[in-house]
Amino acid sequence: MSEQVTALPDATSQAAPDVPSAARRRGRARETIRAVALGAGFPLVLILLWDRAVAMTGTRLVPSPHAVAVMMYDFAFGGIYDDAFSATIFTHIWKSMTRVYGGFFLAALIAIPLGLMIGRVKFLRQLLDPTVNVLRPIPVTAWLPLSMIFFGLGPNAAIFLVFLGAFYPILLNTIFGVRSVDVRLFEAAAMLGCKGSAMFREVVFPASLPSIFNGLRIAHGFAWILIVVGEMTGVPTGLGSVIMDGRTLSRTDLVVTGMIVIGVCGFITDRIIVAIGNRVLQWSPQHHA
Amino acid sequence: MPDIRRSSVPQVAIRGVTKRFAVGDGEVEALGRIDLAIEQGQFVCLIGASGCGKSTLLRIIAGFEEPTSGDVAIAGKPITGPGSDRGMVFQDYALFPWMTVKQNIGFGPRQRQLPRGEVEAIAAEYVKLVGLEAAANRYPNQLSGGMKQRVAIARVLANNAGTLLMDEPFGALDALTREQLQRELLQIWARTRVTILFVTHSVEEAALLADRVLVMSAGPGRIAGDIAIDLPRPRDVSSPEFNAVRRDLARRLTSHIAPARNLETVD
Repeated sequence: MSEQVTALPDATSQAAPDVPSAARRRGRARETIRAVALGAGFPLVLILLWDRAVAMTGTRLVPSPHAVAVMMYDFAFGGIYDDAFSATIFTHIWKSMTRVYGGFFLAALIAIPLGLMIGRVKFLRQLLDPTVNVLRPIPVTAWLPLSMIFFGLGPNAAIFLVFLGAFYPILLNTIFGVRSVDVRLFEAAAMLGCKGSAMFREVVFPASLPSIFNGLRIAHGFAWILIVVGEMTGVPTGLGSVIMDGRTLSRTDLVVTGMIVIGVCGFITDRIIVAIGNRVLQWSPQHHA
Repeated sequence: MPDIRRSSVPQVAIRGVTKRFAVGDGEVEALGRIDLAIEQGQFVCLIGASGCGKSTLLRIIAGFEEPTSGDVAIAGKPITGPGSDRGMVFQDYALFPWMTVKQNIGFGPRQRQLPRGEVEAIAAEYVKLVGLEAAANRYPNQLSGGMKQRVAIARVLANNAGTLLMDEPFGALDALTREQLQRELLQIWARTRVTILFVTHSVEEAALLADRVLVMSAGPGRIAGDIAIDLPRPRDVSSPEFNAVRRDLARRLTSHIAPARNLETVD
């Protein structure tokens, strides 16, 4: 039987992914070098412009790139200023990460199941959608006073603010993901005997995963953005509090150092999320970023 | 493999089914009264112009839509919703894109909570049945249309569906692939003896595949002709007998596309 079936293969069934030739591999390597050179070259040009601008204006309010580099070295390894900030970078990064990811994972843990249910159950959509859309435009900074009343001074208020900022992008993208799943997939699953909670686990969730990942990526960016606001709530450690301290002490080299560290941390962790997304979503051709 | 049971109870029994849709303020009568019995193992084609309600009828049998009145029974059991005793094969495949070929085919058995090894074995068996061993671990977006439709067919067969409901399954395929899949479907049918209800708008396809052709007329949808086709198989599409059947079907079909003239009664 199967012999008969395979005896007449249609042309497309032979379309195995072709092995990259050496030439193509070289071409791809050149492309990578080019991308790195352009992507890293542009900030170098910006640093050069910054350096020239500071030198030409002679300002003492903005630090030079050199001053920031010295501060960065001291922040990481110490031995230059030997003050309260010397060699403390990893403590601050670690503290900030616990808050960023505390808030982020809490938001994902609540927003994904809630989004799946709102997307799928009409009653919940009618019940919750207006409230969500009223709460969503309120800036996270506006919650600052209340969050300090709810959670007091300390890391919990920071985690709450990060949570708020990360919550809505995950929720809205999850709802959108569920709403845009082809109805036929639900029908196909139902006719194959899938029902109840298995439908959520086996169909609704995986089908919405590309959109959920988009939400997670946006939310993750917000989480790092909000860390400075979150750590304004009077915590002694963390990259946001370093920047707040730099401001209080008029040490702009410290402020810029903190800014750069946050940027780099956000960049690296975003790459990790994209890599995880590409791995989990290898079935989805439009998702490779 | 589905059970091969001969019994006096028809595999599909449709009694007094009608369907009206609300459209704006009014209502559209999509299906007039449909009464129909399909024997176990029969290959039935349902042909008609687009909009005649043939897909609606199929979706009611599948349990995706409720009839406005009347009822449908599968092997004597009234249906209450979608169920694994009937398998729908959609024109646009509706494969789960996040599952490989093997996982798609094993989906039904997995829902029945069969042990892992058994699910694997069933999936492997049906992957082989449709000749996709080499593509078993590919995702649907890496498959051609013909391969996707093979997966869709294997998926419902692996779930032990005794009745295959096919909604213009080969409509989106190129002519060569379509011919090949028609041949494969006939082989699978001969081997498994499932009951097939196959919606198409192609007279040629109906004449090639069916034991029995139901011609539907529109506005509201009704079964206007019920023709047995007893050409021997495999059918020779170039024979005069085949051409006669095809001409007869085409004549009946066009006579119902034109405003209702000679309506034949359903037996």
